Amino acid sequence: MTAKKKIAPLEKCPTGIRGLDDITQGGLPRGRPTLVCGGTGCGKTLLALEFIVRGILEFDEPGVFMSFEETSEELAKNVASLGFDLEGLIRDQKLAMDYVHIERSEIEVTGEYDLEGLFVRLNSMIVETGAKRVGIDSLEALFAGLPSESILRSELRRLFRWLKDKGVTTVITGEKGKNELTRHGLEEYVSDCVIFLDHRVVNKVGTRLLRIVKYRGSSHGTNEYPTMIDEHGLSVLPISSLGMDYAVTTERVSSGIERLDMMLGGKGYYKGSSVLVSGTAGTGKSSLGAAFVDATCRRGERSLYLAFEEAPAQITRNMASIGYDLEQWTKKGLLRFHAVRATLYGLEQHLGTIIQLVHEFKPATVVIDPITNLSAVGSIEEIKAMLTRVIDFFKNQGITTLFTSLTEGGGPSEQTDVGVSSLMDTWVLLRNVETLAGERNRLLFVLKSRGMAHSNQVREFTLTDRGIRLIDVYVGAGTVLTGSSRLIQEAQDKARTEALRQEAMRRQRELEQEKAQVQVQIEALQHKAAVLAENIDTLASSEKARLEAAVNCRAQLAGARQAD
Amino acid sequence: MPKKTQTDPAPPLSPPPEFWKLRLYVAGMTPRAVAAFDNLTKLCEEHLAGCYEIEVVDLLVNPKLAAGDQILAVPTLVRRLPPPMKKIIGDLSNQERVLVGLDLRPR
Repeated sequence: MTAKKKIAPLEKCPTGIRGLDDITQGGLPRGRPTLVCGGTGCGKTLLALEFIVRGILEFDEPGVFMSFEETSEELAKNVASLGFDLEGLIRDQKLAMDYVHIERSEIEVTGEYDLEGLFVRLNSMIVETGAKRVGIDSLEALFAGLPSESILRSELRRLFRWLKDKGVTTVITGEKGKNELTRHGLEEYVSDCVIFLDHRVVNKVGTRLLRIVKYRGSSHGTNEYPTMIDEHGLSVLPISSLGMDYAVTTERVSSGIERLDMMLGGKGYYKGSSVLVSGTAGTGKSSLGAAFVDATCRRGERSLYLAFEEAPAQITRNMASIGYDLEQWTKKGLLRFHAVRATLYGLEQHLGTIIQLVHEFKPATVVIDPITNLSAVGSIEEIKAMLTRVIDFFKNQGITTLFTSLTEGGGPSEQTDVGVSSLMDTWVLLRNVETLAGERNRLLFVLKSRGMAHSNQVREFTLTDRGIRLIDVYVGAGTVLTGSSRLIQEAQDKARTEALRQEAMRRQRELEQEKAQVQVQIEALQHKAAVLAENIDTLASSEKARLEAAVNCRAQLAGARQAD
Repeated sequence: MPKKTQTDPAPPLSPPPEFWKLRLYVAGMTPRAVAAFDNLTKLCEEHLAGCYEIEVVDLLVNPKLAAGDQILAVPTLVRRLPPPMKKIIGDLSNQERVLVGLDLRPR
């Protein structure tokens, strides 16, 4: 009985499966059986086998695996791609495997029996390896192979009790039933922990999910967690496991555009923050991404570009046309592209791939272009859940991430299609404006940027062959003008100023002329005055001479008359 | 033995004079194991007298042997010779079914 075994808090047995230990808060209940059920191809066998093999490799707990479905050779081959060397482990006496084959046609039943043979086989393997863990895949084959269900049921009950008494942690798999968790109601016997695996196909895209149905004596995550199977085996991707307790920094990274850095408090994005660049088609979202990548590589750091829309060669070519030579970074190994169609696989696999790539490549910055394409493979809630995990993951790693998001035309541009803006630290909005001059021009503004005094200004955003340039828009006379309207308005302003200047000059010239004329007049009058003065002098002297002459003449006359 | 005209499907007829090698797997000498062994010897004496051999394997003593013959249930009777291999599970209390199972009686 379980009661006599342990009264101390439930001890956990770590599985070593990525994520599973997080949502079970430490692993499976130690010394007890756990039922793993699910439909065909959901990864039950893999989970059970990984539990055993990782137990040996990572926790040094020998294990026993009893398979009713595949031979040891087949299983060894199946997991060889995960890097598991089952034969080696068997040679080292860390692992014992037994393939139990029941051929109904060659078996006749007469009278009472029990399954002691199974117990003996399990026991001998447990003793031989000193096993702490047992995997049984799947017991339900017994129901197909042997008649008399009542005997089987009582024997199964005995088996689980026996396993508990042995103190081994057991994983039993079971096929999903129609109305019950398992086809033959195995959950009736395993009351400690039940894990349900599901493989759903939505919109032609398969998604694996894992859920802890029950876990007696322990709290656990209750959600359906996306799960994936890749070359590293099974992994569960829990939101909660990542948490929000990441370290933050005041370090900044350049956006790759000097003036945008200026708008973001003068220094650019925070390191480890998430940046959303949203806008309608053709507003230059990818270009902003390329600028960011270029700046990262220029600093000698690595950057990862996840492209859901364009091939790397196409991105490289297009960005070269606006002056970002991404090829040099690819060649130097600073930039890695990962281009897949969003519809290639489900969200959880995308997430897993991203995490794996980041672990391999260790980039300082990541660009995901665009996140909106993911809506083909999941609902908005699912994408949001996935992005939450992506962002938490990147923040934990201190990676600055730039997401682009395509806004469908017509809708309000302050609304992203995947509704993720609340997850983002910085949101740069790009917008096309149509002008009266028959143009569409790009505008950029920083809608929000947590933790910095960002600019509230709208900037015109132009793509030149030397990169992205931000230009002040024309603000005046109650309008905001861009593009050629801005140029025209600026020209008009210039002409008007010029006219005023010319007018002033003309007026000045007039006045100067007038002044000159007056001067001339003054000179003429002065001259006249001088002449007059001269005349006056002449007149005076001639008058004097005349007077003298008159005196002389009178004297001479008197003399001639001999007057007295 | 000279040929006999077969009119009655009497018991000792169908088996040709070949050697029967039977193995009975048990796990400890439980009452069920003892019953199975008794039932088996009785049947053999009646139908296979002189040309059979019964080997009893106690899995508690030789657990390794269980995997070889794919034994899960006990008691299990395995007909090792003549081929093909046959398995009969249970305490062999129903002799008719055992005879059918061993191909000593047509189905």
